[in-house]
Amino acid sequence: MRHLISLDDLDAADIAGLLSTADHMAEVLGRPQPKVPALRTKTVCSLFFEDSTRTRLSFETAAKRLSAETLTFTASSSSVNKGESLRDTVETLAAMGVDVFVVRHKTAGLPLSITRWCDARVVNAGDGAHQHPTQGLLDAFTLSRALRRGNDLSGVRVAMVGDIRHSRVARSTVRALHVLGASVTLVAPASLLPAAFVGSDTVPEGWPVSVSHSLDDVIGDIDVLYLLRMQRERMDNAFISSPGEYSAHFGLTDARLSRLRRGSVLMHPGPMNHGIEVAVDLDTLADHGVANLITRQVTNGIAVRMSVLFTLFGTGSEAIDGQ
Amino acid sequence: MASDHSSVLITGGTVMNRSGEARADVLVSGGVVERVEPNLDANVPAEAAGGPRRLVADGCIVSSSFVDLHTHMREPGREESETIATASRAAALGGYGACVAMPNTDPAQDNVAVVEFVRLQGERAGLVTVAPSGCITVGRNGTQLAPFHSMAAAGVRLFTDDGNGVQDPLIMRRALEYARELGITLAQHCEVARLTDGAVMHEGCCSSRLGLPGWPAIAEVLMLQRDIELVRETGASMHFLHLSTARSVEIVRQAKNDGLPVTAEVTPHHISLTDEKLASFSTLFKVNPPLRTMEDVESLRAGLADGTIDAVATDHAPHAAHLKDQDLAAAPPGMLGLQTALGVVVAHSGCSTKRIVEAMSWAPAAIAGLDATHGRDVVAGSPANLVVFSTEGVWRQTPESIVSKSTNSPYFDVDLVGSVRHVVHRGEVVVAGGALR
Repeated sequence: MRHLISLDDLDAADIAGLLSTADHMAEVLGRPQPKVPALRTKTVCSLFFEDSTRTRLSFETAAKRLSAETLTFTASSSSVNKGESLRDTVETLAAMGVDVFVVRHKTAGLPLSITRWCDARVVNAGDGAHQHPTQGLLDAFTLSRALRRGNDLSGVRVAMVGDIRHSRVARSTVRALHVLGASVTLVAPASLLPAAFVGSDTVPEGWPVSVSHSLDDVIGDIDVLYLLRMQRERMDNAFISSPGEYSAHFGLTDARLSRLRRGSVLMHPGPMNHGIEVAVDLDTLADHGVANLITRQVTNGIAVRMSVLFTLFGTGSEAIDGQ
Repeated sequence: MASDHSSVLITGGTVMNRSGEARADVLVSGGVVERVEPNLDANVPAEAAGGPRRLVADGCIVSSSFVDLHTHMREPGREESETIATASRAAALGGYGACVAMPNTDPAQDNVAVVEFVRLQGERAGLVTVAPSGCITVGRNGTQLAPFHSMAAAGVRLFTDDGNGVQDPLIMRRALEYARELGITLAQHCEVARLTDGAVMHEGCCSSRLGLPGWPAIAEVLMLQRDIELVRETGASMHFLHLSTARSVEIVRQAKNDGLPVTAEVTPHHISLTDEKLASFSTLFKVNPPLRTMEDVESLRAGLADGTIDAVATDHAPHAAHLKDQDLAAAPPGMLGLQTALGVVVAHSGCSTKRIVEAMSWAPAAIAGLDATHGRDVVAGSPANLVVFSTEGVWRQTPESIVSKSTNSPYFDVDLVGSVRHVVHRGEVVVAGGALR
């Protein structure tokens, strides 16, 4: 694996391999000194053109746990546009000896463009509504390990709820969960499904999902409730009427919580909007026998990102065992 | 004795006129076609004996040179990407004898001073006739009508805010009233902007998978429908730029059946490339309107073949490398077209050679109001604006062959068919053997 741009570029064996390596990394993270020398000679540069402290810190922590040097470049796209071109920025940083760029940008495809502009490895940390591959991997990792299923999620029923249209998380996580065998139902108003779903009763080619427009119809028959972040700005182009209207029909409310199966789990990629998609007190989940995996997703993000960075260089497994 | 450079003899070709095609040699002298007859070569003095310069056209078509209704020459204001001189070179190599210069320059072509400058720069370059279009609204901002009377008096025949659709129905209605009075043609870029905010590609299966904001077909269709009704009401003529959807072809076909004075064009890229190209995330394939589906491509080809779509127009849109080396949202839309148009049209349109000449020369010359000098049959007395081209021979474009200032062509790794051999402009040889003079 030279770059990680999209989970569509990985087959089932690739994904299983990354998850198994993440098991090793989780073990490393459990040690008194949670650090290995695997990437001691490498420099990892976070190249974030869109704000995301959480994802950036998760990647940088992963790089440090592998003993890589870390650099951080953050800029809003607008400030970049004022002067130096994006390509110039990339070439300048690459000339400083960066081995890996971890890239976030508001536009789909920019991480792939960077692979054409320099020799460094590129890991996509989220590009527009395209892909956020490490999120997909950490979701698959978190779910499969919580359910003690190894790399097999066959028969597991997932409802992914919310703004699928604008979600890079959906495009990555659906792929990862599908590859492991889970069956995914997208739940959203038509306006928040990708355009290819609109005006058709059949699911478009390339989407291994079923679709529902009613969370109430599916909530009693799922093992996993995966809520996506609902942004208030979606009112601007009439994707939703109001956050309240959305919450009433697609949010996790007390009434819906009581209908979730005991033993089911809740996931969310963060950051959460309390009162919109999450309209319950999360402390009450346990009373209903529902496990909250949200914090575990964050924790596992580091092990999964270590696995990705490590796998880019195909270093031998001894590198993570030796101290 | 030196040969007579004021005259040219095109030998061995097949002359394509509206009445049909015939093997004939073509003698050009004093800027006009003097004789069109078989075997002239044997009957006029040889070049070495002081006779006319010979241009060999064996196996080639000889016709009026091509006319591009849609060329972004970028001058004034964007000379880093293209100039009128470099665009003229590209046009001549593409077989063109005239180009309509699009008005989205900086300053815009919304007044006599700028359109006269553009025309004059074209004369200075001296390779093709540069016919400036005029804006419909001042600064192409959609709110204040441009000075139609002044620009029409300066010879502007085609008015457009290309790059922007005229959004306001009141402005478009008034503009059409002026157009009818002045006998000018408005050319609309059909795009309801409210439906395409932030769009970088066709909205559909591919955009949904790639997570790229989509430009829905309906945004073209709605404005096309509106403007056809405005044409029906006002009686003014309107030309529709770069049709891109299957439904658009049906709508224009119906409007023509209704007898309305509408014309339409299609670009080479919209009959040869689809939205799947964006899976590469390459900004070379970002164009406005966007590349659409194979169903749209097939309808556009059929519409071009049956005459529903009158003309092929390049929408030649050069952009300097640093402008295209951005993310897809920031990169400007557009691709080169002049040097590859014929090769793409022969390879992909499925049209007969006669239909190609009609769509690339005769029809656009009439739409542009250039038919006194361009798009004429090759007969004695016609102005000598001629192209000699072959419809055979597979070739591939190389970056080195591009004479535009920019290299944003999508056609590097694809087979093109048919090429331009010679171009005569106002009686002068400007391209010989596929090379500029």
